[in-house]
Amino acid sequence: MAEFLDLKAAIAANIKSGDTVAFEGFTHLIPHAAAHETIRQEIADLTLIRMTPDIIYDQMIGMGMAKKLTFSYAGNPGVGSLRRFRDAVENGWPRPLEIEEHSHAAMANAYEAGAAGLPCAIFRGYQGAELPRVNSQITSVDCPFTGEALAAVPAIRPDVAVIHAQRADRRGNVLIEGILGVLKEAVLAAKRAVVTVEEIVDDLEPHPNTCVLPHWTVSAIATVPGGAHPSYAHGYYSRDNAAYLEWDRISADRDRFQAWMDANVINAGAEDFAHRIQHVRQAA
Amino acid sequence: MTGSDFTPTEMMTIAAARVLRNDDVCFVGIGAPSAACNVARLTHAPDITLIYESGTIGTAPDVLPLSIGDGELCTTALTTVSVPEMFRYWLQGGRMTVGFLGAAQLDRFGNINTTVIGDYDAPKVRLPGGGGAPEIAAHAQEIYITMKQSRRGMVDKIGFFTSFGHGEGGDHRQRLGIATKGPTLLITDLAIWKPNPDTKAFTVTSLHPGVSREDVQKTCGWTVAFSDNLDETPPPTALELETLRDLNARTEAAHRAEGDERQQDMVHG
Repeated sequence: MAEFLDLKAAIAANIKSGDTVAFEGFTHLIPHAAAHETIRQEIADLTLIRMTPDIIYDQMIGMGMAKKLTFSYAGNPGVGSLRRFRDAVENGWPRPLEIEEHSHAAMANAYEAGAAGLPCAIFRGYQGAELPRVNSQITSVDCPFTGEALAAVPAIRPDVAVIHAQRADRRGNVLIEGILGVLKEAVLAAKRAVVTVEEIVDDLEPHPNTCVLPHWTVSAIATVPGGAHPSYAHGYYSRDNAAYLEWDRISADRDRFQAWMDANVINAGAEDFAHRIQHVRQAA
Repeated sequence: MTGSDFTPTEMMTIAAARVLRNDDVCFVGIGAPSAACNVARLTHAPDITLIYESGTIGTAPDVLPLSIGDGELCTTALTTVSVPEMFRYWLQGGRMTVGFLGAAQLDRFGNINTTVIGDYDAPKVRLPGGGGAPEIAAHAQEIYITMKQSRRGMVDKIGFFTSFGHGEGGDHRQRLGIATKGPTLLITDLAIWKPNPDTKAFTVTSLHPGVSREDVQKTCGWTVAFSDNLDETPPPTALELETLRDLNARTEAAHRAEGDERQQDMVHG
């Protein structure tokens, strides 16, 4: 049942050190504010799952909070590397990072299997690809009807899913629109789900096929306007591409990274996100 | 404009755009493929269906997206589906006529490495990884690859098989049970390449205007084979160049505007 909490309380109540956590969002609706709150609370030894780790996992890895990362594309989309991720994998800084690497198709299927309550996902994939050699979690099964060898990976079942969404109604039903990624699958695959939203409204006014997460699938909701920045919330504000370009520079150097994190995360709060989106806000 | 002054990158993008057909359903990789696909849409292929892995089907962005999931892709799309649906129904389901990929490292058989340079467990350079590419390479009916030539990028042996092209060449795809054609075209800033029908090794079939065989060999890590009937790529037309430059200018202006306005918003560490 969805509890309305402030972000600090929502994270404290749902994420514990050692948890397996999926902060999802496929370029869109990435829960930056929730990730920053998790960093401020110094929650440690997390196993992070996400198709596209992006800036927030680069930050969490750089802050030494992650012991393991499961992913399928660890780049800064359209820009290049995730430099804190690379520093962890290449140099073990600030601590070694165990990785479990998949393809997008595998992770999308694995989230779906998690949401469907299945132990594994089966799909046609990894043909000729080398990842199965280095990831023992990728195997194959023969189709019982045709004999075709199909790829199999374990279902994703996080302790906690964390997502950002456009809005919730007063009962805690959550509406998502635009690029959906695996947001719905992540929430339904997880034991607990924390959702940050742009706003609370009286009526979601959904059309019959709108993606709505019923309130009884969500553990906690926190209102954080701008909470996806520099990712975006379709209908509210645009992706701050300049910030993604700038992250490449900030994250290239350990000291500059730490100084930026101190200024913009450690000594900042959820309330700071609202003004960060002023320049990318869309006309209503 | 006569089209006589153009850069190698412009020639690459335009040559890549030309190979797309109006009825193609194209899974678009970010970067060079994205520019080429949108130039095609804005010139000879107005009805082409462009699909990005974020789930946007039939998208028509006014500016090039920085990421595969910019809002522009969704607002201009015919429809947007979830990522599991994208990979299961549309890609695995065999709906893509073309997958258009870039490559960090490529070998002569069209195998791509975007995972790692050096040992996987102790890498010299950790690259972003495969993302959608391993399954795009297997499920799209054919694969076009576009990249700038360099000896670092076009290598004799790739460090990791992120996406399977023609493997060791010949009938390697069929032996693995892969039914699709695999890489059928490579468009670089210097030339157009097609696989030899038997060996499947990329062979230069057309040199871009002003490019010599030596230029191609100097920037390629394997011994280059040239077709007996070597063509010269027609130079960009005025319309092609204008379309590409307008698109790039709109894109730059859009991303720069965001950058200028945000300077006061964040504390720079």
